[in-house]
Amino acid sequence: MMYGERGASRTRRTVSAPARLMRTLHLDGMLLSGVAAVSFFGLFVLYSAAGDNTALWFNQLARLGIGFAVMIALAQVPDHFLRMLAPVAYGFGLVLLIVVAVAGDVGKGAQRWLDLGVLRFQPSEIMKLGVPMMCAWYLHQRPLPPSLRDIAVVLAVIIVPVLMIAEQPDLGTALLVFAAGVIALFMGGLSTAYLLGGAAVAGAAVPLVWYLMHDYQRQRVLTLLDPESDALGAGYHIIQSQIAIGSGGVFGKGWTNGSQAQLEFLPERSTDFIYAVIGEELGLLGLIALLLGYFFIVARGLYMAAQCRDAYARLLSGSIALTFFVYAFVNAGMVTGLLPVVGVPLPLVSYGGTSFVTLMAGFGILMSLYSSRKLVG
Amino acid sequence: MRRVRIKDDALEQRLFLQRVFLSAALVSLLVLVLSGRAFWLQVVQHAHYLELSQGNRARIEPLPPNRGVIYDRAGRLIAENTPAYQLELIHEQAGDLDVTLARLARIGLLEAEDIGRVRQLVLSRRSFEAVPILLQLDDEEIARYAVHRHELPGVMLETRLARHYPYGQVGAHALGYVGTISEEDLARVDRERYFGTGVIGKTGIERAYEDVLLGVGGYREVLVNAEGRPGKLPESVDAQLQKREPQAGRELRLTLDIELQRIAEEAMAGRRGAVVAIDPSNGDVLVFASLPSFDPNGFARGISRSDYLALTDNPDQPLFNRVLRGTYPPGSTIKPVMALAGLEYDVVKPEDTIYCPGHFSLPNSRHRFRDWKREGHGTVDMEGAVMQSCDVYFYRLANMLGIDRIHDAMNRIGFGVPTGIDIPGERGGIMPSPQWKKSAFSGREQQVWFPGETVIIGIGQGFWTATVLQLAKSTALLAARGRHFRPRLVRALVDPESGAVEEKLPQALPPIELKERHNWETIIDAMVAVTSGPRGTALRASRGALYSIAGKTGTAQVYSIGQTERYDAKTVAERLRDHALFIAFAPADAPRLAIAVLVENGGAGSAVAAPIARAIFDAYLSEKPQ
Repeated sequence: MMYGERGASRTRRTVSAPARLMRTLHLDGMLLSGVAAVSFFGLFVLYSAAGDNTALWFNQLARLGIGFAVMIALAQVPDHFLRMLAPVAYGFGLVLLIVVAVAGDVGKGAQRWLDLGVLRFQPSEIMKLGVPMMCAWYLHQRPLPPSLRDIAVVLAVIIVPVLMIAEQPDLGTALLVFAAGVIALFMGGLSTAYLLGGAAVAGAAVPLVWYLMHDYQRQRVLTLLDPESDALGAGYHIIQSQIAIGSGGVFGKGWTNGSQAQLEFLPERSTDFIYAVIGEELGLLGLIALLLGYFFIVARGLYMAAQCRDAYARLLSGSIALTFFVYAFVNAGMVTGLLPVVGVPLPLVSYGGTSFVTLMAGFGILMSLYSSRKLVG
Repeated sequence: MRRVRIKDDALEQRLFLQRVFLSAALVSLLVLVLSGRAFWLQVVQHAHYLELSQGNRARIEPLPPNRGVIYDRAGRLIAENTPAYQLELIHEQAGDLDVTLARLARIGLLEAEDIGRVRQLVLSRRSFEAVPILLQLDDEEIARYAVHRHELPGVMLETRLARHYPYGQVGAHALGYVGTISEEDLARVDRERYFGTGVIGKTGIERAYEDVLLGVGGYREVLVNAEGRPGKLPESVDAQLQKREPQAGRELRLTLDIELQRIAEEAMAGRRGAVVAIDPSNGDVLVFASLPSFDPNGFARGISRSDYLALTDNPDQPLFNRVLRGTYPPGSTIKPVMALAGLEYDVVKPEDTIYCPGHFSLPNSRHRFRDWKREGHGTVDMEGAVMQSCDVYFYRLANMLGIDRIHDAMNRIGFGVPTGIDIPGERGGIMPSPQWKKSAFSGREQQVWFPGETVIIGIGQGFWTATVLQLAKSTALLAARGRHFRPRLVRALVDPESGAVEEKLPQALPPIELKERHNWETIIDAMVAVTSGPRGTALRASRGALYSIAGKTGTAQVYSIGQTERYDAKTVAERLRDHALFIAFAPADAPRLAIAVLVENGGAGSAVAAPIARAIFDAYLSEKPQ
């Protein structure tokens, strides 16, 4: 340890001024570069996907600013404070979900918005961080791997908000919140036997879930199995996005030149289906570049998580990094026809404020936890 | 018994690291899955999806060809395509269609009776398509639209090429008109050729030459977005859109002389009837007038129901083509050819005379066939009989010829058969015979041919009916001494792009050869006497003319007069008055124009019909021969 400390301090002396600034601001240069690269790639693509709607692009540019600001701000929060925050954030999120269920705005047929006059936001976004924080907070006090009882408690912590979000209905976010919690549990050392057993139970629960699902959700699942069965209805999204991606070929049709996207055959091209715009205009190379960017961010996140000294930081960091990948995989999977269409945006790329800010908040927390790794235990 | 577990940080860290590696492996695998999926779609299935995306974005939009324009014989433009303002309606932008149509009606851009039809028209198209609802707006209508446009969402003023007939009513029955394609029209044409074309030739030349006037439609592919509306891509993209230019229809050069036509129609002003003028040397129809006429522009601009009803309900029937379809008793105008038949069959000689007491009776019959001149014409030879239009002479001649020979001779001259003019709808009239009577009537008693019926055939009455076109053609045949042609209105087709001219040659019919050629001159001399002889019936018509006119007046009975009654034009209702006829050609020795005139209920041919022919001759013969 001593040796390592000295080695580190020697390197510290030789680092450049920007690196020193990064350190002072508790930022991680590698993660920041990865996030910035993917974000600016997203802005570049969004300019084309937005078409004539330049206002939309400037909106996103502003949100990018807000997102980075939030990330930097959260990176300054001391890790013990973040730990204390966990139950507060979770409880607050739960209260808001109840409020929304009672008095929320109905937008696009779903009740998920809370209108605070100046600000409209989705309480479910809070839960994207609130749930893994709460899971990590609960688990870090317990010996790991978690006992059956701990698992049951954590599952309850996860399931309550997930069901409320799914009821809104917002299947996509519910899925992501669920994933965030389960990943925390998994990183905590949940035994593989339980994991497989859980998967088996989930499989057995499919008929029950089917029964509980809304019609549109059932339709999406059916459509995934056979998009052609409803080519002009629910299958339209999947067919058109596959045509867009497939017609792009290796090199793509060129930025702003995708006929599927520009002629509006592609639905929701600037939000949930922007992955198809990349595929059409920038081709296989564009998609692989994006996937590599995601992989780099996730790998760096996992590395940072592994460096953390306390369980809370590790579990939360690991969950944030892996949930980020789940976002990317679910979106790319649905746009390419591998998964059912659930409303999950492509992380850092899709147009949309709240989800972007939430992601950046997650990266801010990740950086804060990483930067305080040496001060703890 | 419960084992108390305490936190073991080193163990937890190892466990965590293990999970990190596990999840990293999983993430790598899933990234590979996504890459593989992209590879499958973009490399393996690329061609398939590329084709689908091409098919997605292009829609075929028709490029209608320009309809061939029409020139008269002197090269004057008489049917053209002019940019016209038309009102188009896009259903999905119009909000409540019924409200919009009601507003259009209130401000006078649509008639209340037309609302149903227009509504049907709009609903039959796709909701984003612009449907023409009013063609060719005039300035006042444009102004009215401009004032109210804010209350008319989805209604737009567009410029399109539309058919226009600069001479309006003049020559309308020959030219015909174009109108909106109806379901019936579509049943008889190739729908494909009318993709994007809104109008079709309905009558006259416009209909007969529809095939060459129409041209060949082109198309272009336009980019469309997912809703089927025009879309756009950046200019840098080669959209690879197909395009085929339309080929304009061919231009027509007519035989019609629109200025001569105008003179004829002005001379006929206020009357009902028909005038046809034919060039005897080739069958060119220079004047084709049916009065009253109508404005074909009304049809080209989409005639309203009330305007159409006004035309069809008009007792003068302006839409009725009297030249082609009006069949009238030819009356005395056939006396020259009847005389010719008498000479040809050697029944009479020109110098043979008869005494006309003012009536004629068949042997063993008390029935008197009366001459138009109560007191009779006295002693007349053939020339005198033609000149004075002696009925008794021709009663007798007809009786001597017999109906079969008359029928054969008149058939050869063209009576009872359509002339074969190059526009559709022509009627052939009736050249009666015993055989015709058998087929035309069902009652046994009606089928019998009576000798008296032959007698009145001699003066062009009885069952005999003819069109004015037939009269003009037979006059041209006389003028050309037996040579005759199928009448024609179109003499050349011109390709506007290459300038290639397809001349239509005159179609000669088998000429009529007389046993004695000079018999032509005998008859023509008699016709000249009609307009210049001492007792000619059309003296007034040739007074002061610098050329000689060979003519023949006629009066066709509409109302039959009893044996002892006297016809008095003043007491007989206007509609029951006789039709006035006149046939003529000039100059008599080197004929350039043959004319037939019929004025319905005009009374005597000499007074009413002959001056009309004279006006045409004067105008035409004062020009230099072409």
